Amino acid sequence: MARVLFFGKLGDLAGGRARDISLGAQDKTVSALVDVIAEEDSVLAETLKEISIRCVVNEEMAGLATAISNDDEIAFLPPVSGG
Amino acid sequence: MIRVSEEKFDPGAELSAFESAAKGAGAVVNFLGKVREKAGSNDVSALVLEHFPGVTEQSIADIEQQARSRWKVDETLIIHRVGRLAPGEPIVMVCVASAHRRDAFEAADFLMDYLKTEAMFWKKEISTSGEAWIEPRDQDYKDARRWREEN
Repeated sequence: MARVLFFGKLGDLAGGRARDISLGAQDKTVSALVDVIAEEDSVLAETLKEISIRCVVNEEMAGLATAISNDDEIAFLPPVSGG
Repeated sequence: MIRVSEEKFDPGAELSAFESAAKGAGAVVNFLGKVREKAGSNDVSALVLEHFPGVTEQSIADIEQQARSRWKVDETLIIHRVGRLAPGEPIVMVCVASAHRRDAFEAADFLMDYLKTEAMFWKKEISTSGEAWIEPRDQDYKDARRWREEN
């Protein structure tokens, strides 16, 4: 299972901050993960593809083309707002 | 020093400890950000701050390193609250100590601009009009951009 984290407004949209998602043998990238999410939640999946949403895999900046597996932690980050 | 915590902090005590640690510096600049009581005409009841443990601290460390490479800074302190905060509570504190005031003023200004736009925090405002995730204003991005345009 891949651990998928949603921060900020994405957590509200996903109905939770974390989800464990089982990737099939053919699901090798972040983009494929988003397609898996789309099967259950197309609105969330479309939002994850927005240009303002950043992706982090195992605490490293990543993108839709980044390779992933079931051992990875994938986080989706909306625009930040500290201070 | 960088501290991200759910615990309330006492700005006076923090500043005092920082001054002791930065003994010998000729200038100390301190900025304190607090939770506003109003969002437009609405009363704010709480601010909820989320962070990404580990990654957030690293994002702040990167920002601090950039400040240290640009200005002559002796010591820095960055405290950022997370969790649920009430109006009037301190949310962020930035202290910079340097030999002379200009480095301390500019480094503190830079740190705040980048904490607003680069550090990994997400902020939800709960007010009489409901809940809303806050994103940086155009002015915040503009403020952060001036450090890139100047150099």
